[in-house]
Amino acid sequence: MTELTHLTIAEARDGLKARTFSAAELTKAHIEAIEKARALNAYVLETPEKALAMAKASDEKLSRGEGGALEGIPLGIKDLFCTEGVVSTAGSKILGNFNPPYESTVTRNLWNDGAVMLGKLNMDEFAMGSSNETSAFGPVVSPWRREGSNVSAGASGAIEGTHLVPGGSSGGSAAAVAAHLCLGATATDTGGSIRQPAAFTGTVGIKPTYGRVSRWGTVAFASSLDQAGPITRTVRDSAIMLRSMASPDPKDTTCVDLPVPDFEAAISRGVKGLKIGIPKEYRIDGMSPEIEQLWHKGAEWLRAAGAEIVEVSLPHTKYALPAYYIVAPAEASSNLARYDGVRYGLRENGKDIVDLYEKTRAAGFGREVKRRIMIGTYVLSAGYYDAYYVRAQKLRTLIKRDFEEVYAQGVHAILTPATPSAAFGIGEKGSGDPVEMYLNDIFTVTVNMAGLPGIAVPAGLDAQGLPLGLQLIGRAFDEETLFAAGQVIEEAAGRIKLPQNWWA
Amino acid sequence: MSVDEKTVRRIAHLARIAVTDAEVPHLQGELNAILAFVEQLNEVNVDGVEPMTSVTPMVMKKRQDGVTDGGDADKIVRNAPATEDNFFLVPKVVE
Repeated sequence: MTELTHLTIAEARDGLKARTFSAAELTKAHIEAIEKARALNAYVLETPEKALAMAKASDEKLSRGEGGALEGIPLGIKDLFCTEGVVSTAGSKILGNFNPPYESTVTRNLWNDGAVMLGKLNMDEFAMGSSNETSAFGPVVSPWRREGSNVSAGASGAIEGTHLVPGGSSGGSAAAVAAHLCLGATATDTGGSIRQPAAFTGTVGIKPTYGRVSRWGTVAFASSLDQAGPITRTVRDSAIMLRSMASPDPKDTTCVDLPVPDFEAAISRGVKGLKIGIPKEYRIDGMSPEIEQLWHKGAEWLRAAGAEIVEVSLPHTKYALPAYYIVAPAEASSNLARYDGVRYGLRENGKDIVDLYEKTRAAGFGREVKRRIMIGTYVLSAGYYDAYYVRAQKLRTLIKRDFEEVYAQGVHAILTPATPSAAFGIGEKGSGDPVEMYLNDIFTVTVNMAGLPGIAVPAGLDAQGLPLGLQLIGRAFDEETLFAAGQVIEEAAGRIKLPQNWWA
Repeated sequence: MSVDEKTVRRIAHLARIAVTDAEVPHLQGELNAILAFVEQLNEVNVDGVEPMTSVTPMVMKKRQDGVTDGGDADKIVRNAPATEDNFFLVPKVVE
């Protein structure tokens, strides 16, 4: 029998239903794998007792022939989702001891469907980052290594050598899924934080349409851009998990009242007769020939499966990233104003209330978060609001219009690379100029700006043996086409062989 | 546009983040790098373009104006650094 931790969600679901193994056995196998993988720093909090209790409850249901869509499936939860009675930090010192008295809608939906919580996953602080290096709990180590790399787990259990980043901000989620430390993980995406780490780790990640998934109980970064989604090892697993995560929610006024489709049923639809757009503006200067080739290959796979490939134009693409770096920090500066040392979280006492706020926030936020709050404060401040914020929101209208015009021409989905490069090493990017790190999101951020769904699917390896992903962008609320086309790419590319557990 | 040291201090104060003298030059450099990057938005003619206010066209959901939740004072103050009788405690604000 395959190792229990190496099953897909679909396989585990079938095995549990057939009682080939129990939910308790499946959960124990994961708890052991997590204990041996602490050097990767993917989990910031392990909840083995809770996991075993949830698995036991699942076994009871399964033995009666009952249970939800994810009954007994062990998952990791990004630490941005508030979980009742379980510390939820958003990767920040300022929330280091925050113990939510409520459950986020996404995790509530997962538990209602029978899923088992293994623990909370590391992430960039407040989801601001592309490498998981901004976490207050230290960086996550990617389970991937460059060919011939000297990275290893030393005798002390610590990692030796220059390791690779798993991407971010959902770096713990992507690393845990790739390293078989959970069957799937929740993640969130404001500018690429699901799709970029998925691409870096050879996993599948989907950011649904804005409004598909409730944001209630998920720590807010930029409210008009944030969406939660899954990271999994197959397209089918993402379809299964997203169906459980999504729901209408009276507690989130931006969450739509639309029925959630059976996404899993969509994966066998194929792409016959679909029109897939290739946007010429994504062919950027200095793009690696490997990425260019892979992109071409992806188009050929879809064509071979019956899709029509057409060149399309999204003329405002290059302005998406700069506009994002006005809109997202502006919203963040407003959202993060709540961390004031009064109602929850860290407090540093001061001589008066303003001094208390300033000292608390100086001590509680990391460098990247402070930088973004300050940029946001600046672009919203008197005299600069029109020049920066209003102009960026106008650009956002134009970016969305580009997509609308392409879809009006009958295009069903758009194929692009997921990232401009494969994973990089820790400390390699952004130490001098923050913009160098921001450029990672150049292909993903347009999708958030337009509120559209996007999926990253592993499509091949580069010369150093590292995974590369392709992105499919869909029409609003048509995630089903992304699952159908994503499945075609997964089948054509073949499942990526994930790394052996050199860390254990 | 770029910011000088005085502006960095003013933004930090507006954002309620204490900065040390040593941090100011670094922050100034980083903020100016970002501001230089977003400068390219000025190339685009945005005359007559409506700024985006909602990315998904939808009518704001409304509900009955009634009490649906509450009575959770204990839960609400549970995570607070300093409380007394279900009030949040702060340094004296009014003399």
